[in-house]
Amino acid sequence: MSLIVSSIGQGLLWALLGLGLYLTFRILDFADMTVEGTFPLGAATAVAAITHGVNPFGATLLAIGAGMLAGLITGLLYTKGKIPSLLAGILTMTAAYSVNLRIMGKSNVSLLGQKTLFSGDFMQSLPQYFDSVFLGVAVIAIVTVLLVFFLATDYGQAFIATGDNPTMAKSLGIHTDTMVIVGLMVSNGMVGLCGALIAQNNGYADINMGIGTIVIALASIIIGEVAFGELTLNQRLVAVTLGSIIYRIILLAVLQLGFSANDLNLISSVVLAICMMLPQLEEHVHLKKPILKGVQPHD
Amino acid sequence: MTKPILELQDVKTIVNKGTSNETMILKGINLKINAGDFITIVGTNGAGKSTLFNVIGGNLRADEGKILHDGKDITRTTEEQRTAFLARVFQDPKLGTAPRMTVAENMLLATKRGEHRYLIPRKLKPNMDRFTTLAATMNNGLENRMTTATGALSGGQRQALSFLMATLKRPDVLLLDEHTAALDPHTSFNLLHATNERITKDHLTALMITHHLEDALTYGNRLIVLKDGQIKADFRGAEKQQLTVKKLYQYFED
Repeated sequence: MSLIVSSIGQGLLWALLGLGLYLTFRILDFADMTVEGTFPLGAATAVAAITHGVNPFGATLLAIGAGMLAGLITGLLYTKGKIPSLLAGILTMTAAYSVNLRIMGKSNVSLLGQKTLFSGDFMQSLPQYFDSVFLGVAVIAIVTVLLVFFLATDYGQAFIATGDNPTMAKSLGIHTDTMVIVGLMVSNGMVGLCGALIAQNNGYADINMGIGTIVIALASIIIGEVAFGELTLNQRLVAVTLGSIIYRIILLAVLQLGFSANDLNLISSVVLAICMMLPQLEEHVHLKKPILKGVQPHD
Repeated sequence: MTKPILELQDVKTIVNKGTSNETMILKGINLKINAGDFITIVGTNGAGKSTLFNVIGGNLRADEGKILHDGKDITRTTEEQRTAFLARVFQDPKLGTAPRMTVAENMLLATKRGEHRYLIPRKLKPNMDRFTTLAATMNNGLENRMTTATGALSGGQRQALSFLMATLKRPDVLLLDEHTAALDPHTSFNLLHATNERITKDHLTALMITHHLEDALTYGNRLIVLKDGQIKADFRGAEKQQLTVKKLYQYFED
């Protein structure tokens, strides 16, 4: 039972990563590799700030700011520097590795004995793992409501149009470059927040904790889409969080089968690859037909 | 005489500048467009029709010469800035609408063409009746698909929507870049008819590129023949009415 609660808590916290990437990957149609650097950047910033005496809340805000800065750099490289999107993200991601080492001073910094968002009296009074569920629900609720509001404003609609059809967006006077930059900043701000929360939850920041994050983010998005099918935009945002939780439960199941935590990146990739290939498999193997046939009454 | 709404003064564009392939596309265009003009533009492939639209639209800079809007020099302004007074319908139905947004959402976007967009809730519902009535004027069932994603519409409906969006907020100048060329003859005729009706009724100023000489003769009060980057002929009023396809065709020979 506690393992399931732990998975739900992890799923909720990691859902921020999926939501962040949803803005760029699905809405702007921009495959943003920056997140692999932004996630540890958020973690490093928060942990370094906390160990230097900043209160956890302020440290988390700093992490959001750091993430937004990384997004800004990728945005400028892409829009003003005319560097292809994938490469712009990889450049920022690679640079962030060095920056993260500078921020932390070494490759792993512990939060042992430090105050974190999880160490308050109220959080400690919750049963084990319920602290991450509580904080996860609170943060996801706030972020989702803000996103729903944002996307339904005149500005948000222009943002969606930019990803949907940049030529049209420009012909309606929408500053598409600004939209892309804003989108990357908001997205990476959320990823930085996610890194800060995960680091505080784990009790440390590690220089290599960003490896594989883009796959985890994509997995939440794709699993949500595969599991829930045709949805409105607002429902899709909720589906990302549910997808993130499902993904954690899948991981839990796989670990129960005897795989070690070292196998996680391999498992993540396999899970994502299978989910992304489902439509193709469906076409070739006709999984649905025999399954439906099995449950339908005979004439 | 009143000030022209749009004026091009000796506009030249050069591609592959500074290389051995340097070519001049527009070779000195002088054009005065008066308010209410409906100008059809014909010309061979490579004559510079699209380049002319791109220079007016601002997605291509004029290398020489000046462009004036209502007497004001706009040569150095960006594409986004010019959308405040300029609307455009593309040839490709895919270019004019956002496929994952609904018909009504697309129209709402177009009501704010060239304006600042703020973090205030969009006003879709209060506009719904107005949008539906407008859609019904296109006579192709668009009004029944207001909440459909535009990606699911037919090419004709998408193009009709693009045209509606271009005129939803009255533009000083409307650019129609072969906007019916990708449609079947019947759909194309209907859209051209609706286009003409709207332009004449609302006294819009419009430029329309077309490859159909009959259409170029039927519609508009002015006809321009573009050839080799220059305006070869500019027929107005009665002069245009006396023009025949045969006479016009002579410009395309040799």
